[in-house]
Amino acid sequence: MSNQNGTISKRAREDRFQAHDYYQIDDLLSEDHLLARDAVRTWVKQEVSPIIEEYSEKGECPTHLFKGLAEIGAFGPSIPSEYGGGGMDEMAYGIIMQELERGDSGIRSMASVQGSLVMYPIYRFGSEEQKRKYLPKLGNGEFIGCFGLTEPDHGSNPNGMVTNIKEDGDSYILNGAKMWITNSPLADVAVVWAKDESGIIRGVIVEKGMKGFSAPEIHGKWSLRASITGELVFEDVRVPKSNLLPNVQGLKGPLSCLSKARYGISWGAIGAAMDCYDSALRYAKERSQFGKPIAQFQLTQKKLAEMITEITKAQLLAWRLGTLADAGKVTPAQISMAKRNNVNMALEVAREARQIHGGMGITNEYPIMRHMMNLETVLTYEGTHDIHLLITGQDITGLNAFQ
Amino acid sequence: MKLLVCVSKTPDTTTKIVFNAAGNELDTNGVQYIMNPYDEWYALVRALELKESPLGGSVTIINVGPDANDAIIRKGLAIGADEAVRINADPKSALNVAFQIAEYAKQGNFDMILLGKETIDYNGSEIGAMVAEFLDLPFISYASKLDTADGKTATIQRDIEGGIEVVEVATPFVLSAAKGLAEQRIPNMKGIMMAKSKPLNVLAPAPFDELSVPVHYDLPPAKASVRMIAPENMEELVRLLHEEAKVI
Ligand SMILES: Cc1cc2nc3c(=O)[nH]c(=O)nc-3n(C[C@H](O)[C@H](O)[C@H](O)COP(=O)(O)OP(=O)(O)OC[C@H]3O[C@@H](n4cnc5c(N)ncnc54)[C@H](O)[C@@H]3O)c2cc1C
Repeated sequence: MSNQNGTISKRAREDRFQAHDYYQIDDLLSEDHLLARDAVRTWVKQEVSPIIEEYSEKGECPTHLFKGLAEIGAFGPSIPSEYGGGGMDEMAYGIIMQELERGDSGIRSMASVQGSLVMYPIYRFGSEEQKRKYLPKLGNGEFIGCFGLTEPDHGSNPNGMVTNIKEDGDSYILNGAKMWITNSPLADVAVVWAKDESGIIRGVIVEKGMKGFSAPEIHGKWSLRASITGELVFEDVRVPKSNLLPNVQGLKGPLSCLSKARYGISWGAIGAAMDCYDSALRYAKERSQFGKPIAQFQLTQKKLAEMITEITKAQLLAWRLGTLADAGKVTPAQISMAKRNNVNMALEVAREARQIHGGMGITNEYPIMRHMMNLETVLTYEGTHDIHLLITGQDITGLNAFQ
Repeated sequence: MKLLVCVSKTPDTTTKIVFNAAGNELDTNGVQYIMNPYDEWYALVRALELKESPLGGSVTIINVGPDANDAIIRKGLAIGADEAVRINADPKSALNVAFQIAEYAKQGNFDMILLGKETIDYNGSEIGAMVAEFLDLPFISYASKLDTADGKTATIQRDIEGGIEVVEVATPFVLSAAKGLAEQRIPNMKGIMMAKSKPLNVLAPAPFDELSVPVHYDLPPAKASVRMIAPENMEELVRLLHEEAKVI
């Protein structure tokens, strides 16, 4: 129960979470999946739940948890162990994300970014030298990473990016700015996507301390408050050519990372929903009005019944996505559908759960408002809800409705 | 040092206890199992700490039970034990469990045998003493601290009623672990992956005739609801305490 580096003392909000597995999906999981899930669940109960409300309230990132996330193995669990990952399968990765987001979407984001958006592109598109240099340190939490795709004027349309690199001897000169970048003010390394002189998107690894590079924090978020978000500003930053990711060109570079992260989010959102449902179910049984538990009223039961139904459907979707991913058959469009459906589901579950808690539901005595506010970000980042509708739309009609 | 840690499986603490129709066995339907916390958090982790100390050595975990227990055993391996043994039996008594453990331990030359002070289901606290007796070894119960400089003698702090006792004992011995002996370790993903390739040997039980079998379990009577008695009605209160609650 360590909180050595945390500046805020733990508040003893008891985490009474109990998992709900209405369709015995546990039977579909292997022994190591269940072990991984229980391990991360225990870790979240001990390290996240007691402190998260306070960090969220103060809008502060519990940076001491980076070490803990690394120790438990939450950074790049499906990256081979020789490169500092966990060597596990995609199902395990999903389950880990679910448990982290059961604690808080911001904590899950810390791990998603590090694993799927920083370690993964270096592992997949990096040179052997880059892999050896960065991956083990990212895996063990010595380095914090961030991923710069979104720009102030280019969010849903990353292809329009203006951040660029120009060749100069054995370096590139990087100019531009990125916006809404998770972990950026803390990051030791940033995987940055920029256009080269012929307008092709390339990935470069930018290191903290390079001249002309800064990462100011974005303040005033009402969502993902325990996760730090910032900008990336590049003014004639000289990046050695050896920092260019050699093995990818074009938008498919960042998009393949996003597919990885979105896969994790489609699991993660279930975690947030389960926490809201679990709290609402318990509250409804304990809270009495008109002489009986509110769980006995039909309208409350309708809410609870619909919540567990939607959670169960989302669990099956995620499980199937996991089996497809492990068979190497999953498509980005399939991942997109699960991300959209499951995040939206979680947000709706959070809203219903909020109502069941009555006035108590708006306080930090219960995790509901925090999850609900967090999920507004999750609905928007990694492709907005509407953009994912367009992805499915394009996939099934063959017609592009983006432009 | 060769260390043996006995681990057992217990229902999760949130389990609602229900017995079968005959009332002689737990109804295991829907019961979630965990590793007995005294075995896991204290006995196993302290053994691992000793192994990781300059003294070095190995940690074997042993369980007496059916193959459904393998998940619990695998967790012990994920936390860091080197190998595991499961005696494939479905024991009905603590004596049988202790006998099976002792039969295995006889051939193992273990310097220490560690287990939890009790399981959190039946809270029998019997196995440790029985294993020690079968093996003719010293038994140190309720240990909350265990140190050894050379692996040959150990200084052990025991929780006793109202205080502590410090004992010194030469290896080999049997020790039952209480809170404080170590701190819970959560297995990490690396450990979970490594556990897959660690040996889990399944052995046939030694022949044993049970000396006792449970015939019936009763749950404590359901809590009655609170009854309010007006303060002026003292006689009624006394009557109820005497005739119904039978406490005075
Ligand atoms: C807390 C937080 C953390 C983030 N972390 C990162 C990070 O680490 N790295 C990173 O690169 N980015 C990150 N993002 C950025 C995130 O991915 C973007 O916010 C997201 O892609 C949306 O872009 P935008 O905010 O510019 O909105 P816009 O693209 O301007 O969208 C505004 C609205 O218009 C809609 N819209 C846009 N285009 C269309 C269309 N063609 N048809 C219909 N509707 C459309 C959208 O759906 C949305 O509702 C983060 C964002 C937040 C809030």
